[in-house]
Amino acid sequence: MSGVDGGVLLRLDGLTAGYRQPVVGPLSLALRRGERLGVWGPNGTGKSTLLKAIGHAAQVFAGRVERAPGLRVAYLDQQPVRLPAMPITGRELLRAAGATTRGAPEALEAILRRRIDRLSGGQYQLLWIWSALATDADLVLLDEPTNNLDPGRRDRLIEILTTRHSDQALILVSHDRDFLQRTCSHLLDLENGEVKHA
Amino acid sequence: MLDPWLASLSDPLFRLPLLVGLLLAALLPVIGALLMLRDEWLAALGLAHVAAASALLGNALGLPTLIGGTAGALAGGALKTRFEARGNVAYAFMILVGWSATLLIGANTELGERLAHALVEGQLYFAGVSELIAALALIGAALWILPRILPQLLRSRFFPRFEQANALPAWRWHLRMDLLAAASLAIGTLSVGLMGAFALVLIPAWVTFQIAPSWRWTLIGSGLVGVTSYLAAFALALQLDQPFGPMMVAVLVGIAAIMTLLRSWPGSPSAS
Repeated sequence: MSGVDGGVLLRLDGLTAGYRQPVVGPLSLALRRGERLGVWGPNGTGKSTLLKAIGHAAQVFAGRVERAPGLRVAYLDQQPVRLPAMPITGRELLRAAGATTRGAPEALEAILRRRIDRLSGGQYQLLWIWSALATDADLVLLDEPTNNLDPGRRDRLIEILTTRHSDQALILVSHDRDFLQRTCSHLLDLENGEVKHA
Repeated sequence: MLDPWLASLSDPLFRLPLLVGLLLAALLPVIGALLMLRDEWLAALGLAHVAAASALLGNALGLPTLIGGTAGALAGGALKTRFEARGNVAYAFMILVGWSATLLIGANTELGERLAHALVEGQLYFAGVSELIAALALIGAALWILPRILPQLLRSRFFPRFEQANALPAWRWHLRMDLLAAASLAIGTLSVGLMGAFALVLIPAWVTFQIAPSWRWTLIGSGLVGVTSYLAAFALALQLDQPFGPMMVAVLVGIAAIMTLLRSWPGSPSAS
């Protein structure tokens, strides 16, 4: 793909995206392997829309989203899918995502045999995030990953994100600026469109 | 006490219908589990209605009911994939269109009226070699298709952004599932009747969704509940000289009621 080289996995070039009309942009940035970009901004600034544009789920009005050839993407929405009954174990969910249980935190190991509809909201949320992180995806997009997490599990997630040895690139969208500052290498503030080192 | 039951199951006259129904009773609940996973359980009723209507239409045009019914249901399944009609609304329209067409064609042709009645009640006892071949072909197709699309269907349900974000040709596995469901419901409707096929798709899957410890056991359990209840219904219908379709539905509804009672019993895991 033209314009994506030198270890760059994703490049946004003057991107303006939205649905019926533009919601976010213009934005330009490059994301390299191993970098973690936190996207912050007040409600309505287009944080989730930016992820959707990268994940082919929003309309691009101007500019470009350039991906490295063969880029594999894992993309999680704000809320995990919840059905009235889900006779799927944690292990089966991870297998469906193509995720490994190797290196999973102890808290997850303990729930892998249980049905996911019998997990608490926080347990399911952590499992859901692990299902994206523990895949062979080059780029992981997480929208509001701290939803449903109590302070203890939020800390566990911070520990997972900061101690994992992986060359995956991450884009995390959150309203929780402290969480982003503790987990990301760079921060994008959508109020002014600037990328800064965290 | 079991002797008359076993005798009815081994009667040579009913051996072929028994076998046809047994194959369908093992497969339809598994299809039901997948439809329930996709929140499309109404598919069974929608496709069954379309199959019944197209069987009648085909009959009026001189085609065998098995060909007309299956072709109509397959067309319904393909159109649903083509227009990306997910969820129960698409199937609700199939029910209405199928119901209307079945009764209108039935009312305007002499043979159609009898056939429409038979499709609603079920005509398993008249199942012959062609129904057996159709059921075997369906099982063969399911054994070939399901292992290939099951992982994708699970991933698609729980990780709905994945396919789009990676520009995968998701329509391929959704189409295969829609066509397999359509063919299953068509052959099921033409053999065990419209409501019998619907009940075999819905109730075993509904029961196992409540109690199965895993997805693997949901699929196995659905098939087991289907086969067990089918054998009971077949024997009861013969012993009590009752039509098969309504008996099949009655047995399955009874199983669902027993399970609901057990789960609401004080001290049961779900009641506490």
